[in-house]
Amino acid sequence: MVTRTNDSEPNIVRRVALPVAVLAGLVGLARLSLRLVKEPEGPGDVLASVYDLVGQGASADAIRDRGLQTIPSVALTILTALILGIIGIWYLFWALNALVDALPQRVRESVRPYVYLLPAVSLLGFFLVFPAVWTVWLSFTEDRGWRNYLDAFQEADSRRALVNNVIWLIVATAGSVSIGLVIAQLFDRIKREALAKTFIFLPLAISMVGASVIWRFVYWWKPPGTGQIGVVNAVITKFDAEPVAVFQTVPINTLALIAIMIWLQTGFAMVILSAAIKGVPTEHLEAARLDGASELQVFTRVILPSIRPSIITVTTTIAVAVLKVFDIVYVLTGGKFQTDVIANRMYKEMFIFSNKGRASSLAVLLFLMVVPVMVLNLRSARRQEAMR
Amino acid sequence: MAGVVLKDVNKVYPNGYQAITDLNLEIADGEFLVLVGPSGCGKSTALRMVAGLEEITGGELSIGDRIVNDVHPKDRDIAMVFQNYALYPHMSVADNIGFPLKLAKVPKSQIRARVAKAASILDLTDQLDKKPGNLSGGQRQRVAMGRAIVRQPKAFLMDEPLSNLDAKLRVQMRAEIASLQKDLGVTTVYVTHDQVEAMTMGDRVAVMKRGFLQQADTPQNLYDKPANVFVAGFIGSPSMNLFLVKLGGTIEAPTIELGDQTLQVDPSALEGRSELTDFIGKDIVAGVRPEDISDAGLADEDERSPGETITTTVHLMESLGSEIIVHFPLPVESFSIMDAEFEGEDALEVATDSIGRTIYVARVSPRSQARLGESISLRFDTGRMHFFDPSTGLAIRD
Repeated sequence: MVTRTNDSEPNIVRRVALPVAVLAGLVGLARLSLRLVKEPEGPGDVLASVYDLVGQGASADAIRDRGLQTIPSVALTILTALILGIIGIWYLFWALNALVDALPQRVRESVRPYVYLLPAVSLLGFFLVFPAVWTVWLSFTEDRGWRNYLDAFQEADSRRALVNNVIWLIVATAGSVSIGLVIAQLFDRIKREALAKTFIFLPLAISMVGASVIWRFVYWWKPPGTGQIGVVNAVITKFDAEPVAVFQTVPINTLALIAIMIWLQTGFAMVILSAAIKGVPTEHLEAARLDGASELQVFTRVILPSIRPSIITVTTTIAVAVLKVFDIVYVLTGGKFQTDVIANRMYKEMFIFSNKGRASSLAVLLFLMVVPVMVLNLRSARRQEAMR
Repeated sequence: MAGVVLKDVNKVYPNGYQAITDLNLEIADGEFLVLVGPSGCGKSTALRMVAGLEEITGGELSIGDRIVNDVHPKDRDIAMVFQNYALYPHMSVADNIGFPLKLAKVPKSQIRARVAKAASILDLTDQLDKKPGNLSGGQRQRVAMGRAIVRQPKAFLMDEPLSNLDAKLRVQMRAEIASLQKDLGVTTVYVTHDQVEAMTMGDRVAVMKRGFLQQADTPQNLYDKPANVFVAGFIGSPSMNLFLVKLGGTIEAPTIELGDQTLQVDPSALEGRSELTDFIGKDIVAGVRPEDISDAGLADEDERSPGETITTTVHLMESLGSEIIVHFPLPVESFSIMDAEFEGEDALEVATDSIGRTIYVARVSPRSQARLGESISLRFDTGRMHFFDPSTGLAIRD
């Protein structure tokens, strides 16, 4: 990009000054566009100026008078952001690269990678690391300080949420992994495997909120004697039993919510484990059969140990998703009837009761619960790497 | 231990492909039988049917006195060694070898003793705690053998067990497996595409082609008395020269025309071939092994009868130290053992020189003075010629 033929004085000035100017221009442009899109009339003003530039004064005035409608306004904002983003990033890297080229040859190549990483790392730091640290800070300084953590365990509602999360973690994870595993193995032997797997996999494509709405009807309760529109209660009343108010009955309600999660996650477990099962060499299965193994023994002694790394990956991935569960509970029970979970509790403390400290302490606790799972996942991945 | 008998065994795949047709083989108790043939000949399918890994479409398979057509592999009491060894990667060597015993619920102390014994036979004692991933190819091969021998099964089945080893190790393991089998006396069916393995290891060798058994006999008989032109061409390296020629002369003194040169067939070749009379004046396939052609320049004067010597040029020379392989052209069509409609990777293209003459091969003494491109006199040992009917491919023999 930049020629490095001679290092004479004026050249250095030009090579440093130009990138610095570009960087300054970028910052200015970014601030300008930020201010533009922050104002309600911002996008309209931009469009009007463009019209003025191309000599369509009438159109520009019309926009200034009436403003832009929402959709064109948003579209314009996005377009501006895209153009500025793509071109801006390109120039940003160009300018940074040019500045590195101006450095003495000795340090140039050792500095370059860090300069390239700078934009991504600073964005990550600003949007991820900083909020995380700030959350920890809030949890120890707001409300009752470090006693927020005592409250989390002592106060009935949040303790219930913690206990429920543990139940979710165990039942939902074990449920989806084991059902997914059994389905993967059984479907491996059938004719229309792809079609059958599609049906199991399909729920994964549904949003949690959508799934919750579907299951709300599955669990629907109507007074005894009236026609039951929910599948579950329709079946129950067919056997002359009283319809069950699923969401109000402890502990059925939590298990009913967990069933939705299992329904959603089984497909994921099945797809990954099915691929792993197909990866077990046929000869291993044949050898085991000739060695005297029954089909069940082939599964438990050869297939299961062979796909262990995949089982760990699937288990940890699902465990993390389950620990963070929010939508299902929020949509169906709102955490009432002792169905609360940490994420929903955290949301309530933060946005309904405005207890910043207590909400933050719950967030930190949730994070601490996820950490061991992630460590397990990483360690398994590393062991697999070592085996290769 | 027991014999294995295949009676009219057929294998037809669901897509209609007939992999095996009417296979009849009786493998005696303790015998080492090698199944050999080009790829796609059905040898592996036959082995897998004995193992129970492929269903038998028709016919009868018995191990010992029991018909096992519908018996699950785990109940057949046979051990198999796979081409890629099929060792369980998550188990140690000891656990791999002991796996069949563990499944058979043999007491732990006994498993340990038997694994240790198998390991000492196979020189694996120091490797018992390692995982298969940390072993060399030869060691993995031994572990696979160990898993087979630890159980003392009715039969061993081996599916190209040496093909993943390098050449030197292959020669060594070849001898080890053969002697191990002799010591244990377990009936063994061994599949290979390598005729050297077949000839050196087998008590008997069964040659297969396109699902048909061609001949099953001792290695020496296969070499000396091939039942048909395919076996003749397949067994032996370099392959037998197969001349498609007219049988001339009289039945007392038949001749074959190799281009413009006439080769007098020695009367000893006529012994036991009375049917040859019918072929006088007709097309015939005359087979001459490269080792039955020598450099006439080296032979004693009185041995050199003119009818048995032809003159040609040296097209290519391969000196192997102990012998020289001389390739020479003759204006005679060669009989191809591969069917035209079955062009697999084994369908050998007939080599020809620049003017379209077919290239044949002789194996001559290293003392030969043959020079590339120069003329050479080759002496055919016509007493050791083979004759085949070109229409059926069968050997002409009483």
